Amino acid sequence: MSVSVTVEGIEKEFGVYPALRGASLTIDGGELVAILGPSGSGKTTLLRVVAGLEQPDKGRVLFDDLDASTLSLRERRIGFVFQHYALFRHMTVLDNIAFGLRARPRRYRPSSDEIERRALELLDLVQLSGFEKRYPAQLSGGQRQRVALARALAIKPRVLLLDEPFGALDAKVRKELRRWLREFHDQTGHTTLFVTHDQDEAFELADRVAILNEGRVEQVGTPRAILEKPASPFVADFVEGTGRSTVRGSVQGDTDHDHRTASVSILRRMPAGTI
Amino acid sequence: MSDLTPSVPAGFNTARVTSESPLVRWLLVAVALLFLVFILFLPLMAVFIEAFRRGVGAYLAALKEPDALAAIRLTLTVAALAVGFNIVVGLAGAWAIAKFHFRGKQLLLTLINLPFSVSPVISGLVFVLLFGAGGVLGPWLATNGIEIIFALPGIVLATTFVTFPFVAQQLVPLMQAQGTQEEETALSLGATGWRTFCTVTLPNVKWGLLYGVLLCNARAMGEFGAVAVVSGHIRGLTNTMPLHVEILYNEYNFVAAFAVASLLALLALVTLVLKALLEWRFHDAIAAGVNR
Amino acid sequence: MTVGGLVIRKNRSVIPGFGITLGIAITGLSLVVLIPLAVLIMKAAGVGPAEFWRIATSPRTLAALRLSFSAAFIAAGVNAVFGLLVAWVLVRYRFPGRSILDAAVDLPIALPTAVAGISLAVIYSPNGWVGSLLAPFDIKIAYTPLAVVLALIFVGLPFVVRTVQPVLEESEKEIEEASALLGASRLRTVFTVVLPVISPALLTGFALAFARGVGEYGSVIFVAGNLPFVSEIAPLLIVIRLEEYDYAGASVIAAVMLAVSFIVLMLISAVQTWNRRRLGYV
Repeated sequence: MSVSVTVEGIEKEFGVYPALRGASLTIDGGELVAILGPSGSGKTTLLRVVAGLEQPDKGRVLFDDLDASTLSLRERRIGFVFQHYALFRHMTVLDNIAFGLRARPRRYRPSSDEIERRALELLDLVQLSGFEKRYPAQLSGGQRQRVALARALAIKPRVLLLDEPFGALDAKVRKELRRWLREFHDQTGHTTLFVTHDQDEAFELADRVAILNEGRVEQVGTPRAILEKPASPFVADFVEGTGRSTVRGSVQGDTDHDHRTASVSILRRMPAGTI
Repeated sequence: MSDLTPSVPAGFNTARVTSESPLVRWLLVAVALLFLVFILFLPLMAVFIEAFRRGVGAYLAALKEPDALAAIRLTLTVAALAVGFNIVVGLAGAWAIAKFHFRGKQLLLTLINLPFSVSPVISGLVFVLLFGAGGVLGPWLATNGIEIIFALPGIVLATTFVTFPFVAQQLVPLMQAQGTQEEETALSLGATGWRTFCTVTLPNVKWGLLYGVLLCNARAMGEFGAVAVVSGHIRGLTNTMPLHVEILYNEYNFVAAFAVASLLALLALVTLVLKALLEWRFHDAIAAGVNR
Repeated sequence: MTVGGLVIRKNRSVIPGFGITLGIAITGLSLVVLIPLAVLIMKAAGVGPAEFWRIATSPRTLAALRLSFSAAFIAAGVNAVFGLLVAWVLVRYRFPGRSILDAAVDLPIALPTAVAGISLAVIYSPNGWVGSLLAPFDIKIAYTPLAVVLALIFVGLPFVVRTVQPVLEESEKEIEEASALLGASRLRTVFTVVLPVISPALLTGFALAFARGVGEYGSVIFVAGNLPFVSEIAPLLIVIRLEEYDYAGASVIAAVMLAVSFIVLMLISAVQTWNRRRLGYV
């Protein structure tokens, strides 16, 4: 599904605490966008507002041209992967994945054979065939991650939302899964939005990155654009050190050689097709 | 959540998604309230209303009656003895279990908790079988003029049986969680075992101990079934307050029965208040036992 | 040799007092708990298998056991439903008086059983508070098995609520959000996602309430009527046998009750272990 997502001027307060102060963002269909920012910047809140888990005080979310506030949570068809996966521990992997299909009202529910078939298909897609009878407790972190993804995909979501997808995994698994997620995205083409505080992760994975600070989107752009032209001192500060494993110093003051090296090193980290 | 979003203040219903509709919620609360009022509060109110049915004068007179006073005295004595015994054994057992490794630890714990699963009547029966006239030691006790059943010792024994696990049950998880480091430190600094126990261990467990004693005492004073079996119901001598209540009730002396019962009910309420207080202030220092 | 002061050699540790504390504990335990129970088992076994069977299956004994077990079962069942409701409401909702109600749930444990017993009698007897309201309709509560069930509901409630409460409190909000996002209605979420996770705790609470109800004496005898074969509970029958100096009879009934409690406890333990393994909790 490649639905575009438009976020317009979202404001959200929790009591006296303003989590979002007018955040706006446009995501084209099929894009993989990262929401990046420090703790407390409101990025998870923004994700949850898009998902429909929180109601904004002001502003709205549009899917293509459809105002999301007219939709119930089920009608929104959001695929959400929680940071700690939130798998149903008392259900097998298959039952977890099939849950969304079985939860449909009778009218829209496929036959139970069909449900099982689709669930197995998804299991195959996330490369976990053979795991259908296992329980979440018997899976590794990376495997649970993929089951959560398959479960979210089962309902053919408009948009895929991932909350710190690799936050709970160790470094090595994280790196592998990053690569895997990018390939997966290229293969399936869902509009995907993910939240992270890890700059390297955001810049390596995403088509575009939205940088959040104190409830507002400070800049949205391709990783290279952000690195070359940070829109504010905060952004410049924040992304300093990202993608610069071979280069020291700011981009502006570099010699041509260094500048090219910086670009090359960034490009090398970026998956093909995004430039 | 990836952000350090502060936890949403209570009362904030951000969870429209993960909660029932307001109508359903109020309905559920109403049903729960009705159930609790009917099952819990009605009996409690009945005690006090029936106690004062003939006015305050009759109420006080019933309490000042010699047999009632004797029952109160006996209850207090029995409770003090039973609780005292259980404190000593509970502390010893918890110390052994928490500070050492040995095989059979789990078995010991299970055995300590055994009285919880035994009917009060059976708790009394076992002592009759042991010390009663037709019991194992009956003849020997008779020839030596020792009275256990139908006398204070029997009542104390039965009460101790019934309340045995309360103190240990609170102390064991607590002491296990606290570990052995502080004691080891004290010992390495030259303190004797006893001194370590008194100045390091005891202060650490004091709230858990108090909590256990509170529950132990409430049960000890209120125990009925076990004591009914061993006591012989001799007025003025072997009647605890609950037994006295039974006698008065069976004689249709309702006001007096409920008057004495009201004292026990007051004890229960005080216990509940203290319990809630301890839980609220010191919940880290108290282990949550199986029966809270 | 010690590492960190703790045991490497069996039972030798820096910390003193092992021998004496274990000794005190075991002595106390034996004197007050183990030896008396052993005497009971011996007495019950001492009648011989044939006589044991005869006593255990005599009509009056069976009637009493049947009443105790079935009333306890029904009461525990009612408590499972309403106790779950009470726990849910206490954990998930905020309303005035919530903390008082929370504390009040422990009342049946704190209140002496005899006090509860006479209270219930006064409420449900034909000229009592509730009894008099129902008398015109020819509905009797006191002195019937129904009264036994009501008394056992009172007694068993805290066991269900207190066992379910902590598990409900730990229930993660995220699985409910995930369920809702996947399109499940609130009802489906509650029944297929939330309740299954707490069902072992609910079962444990049920079993504890049941075990307690089977052995309950004081709250029941004032309101039960105590007619043999009709409204006589097993603990009462034990007391009657004792008063008749029929020690053997009393012991046999007690042994049967103990055996049932033991089986129930084993079942609880097994369920908890199985569940812990399945859900991956430590």
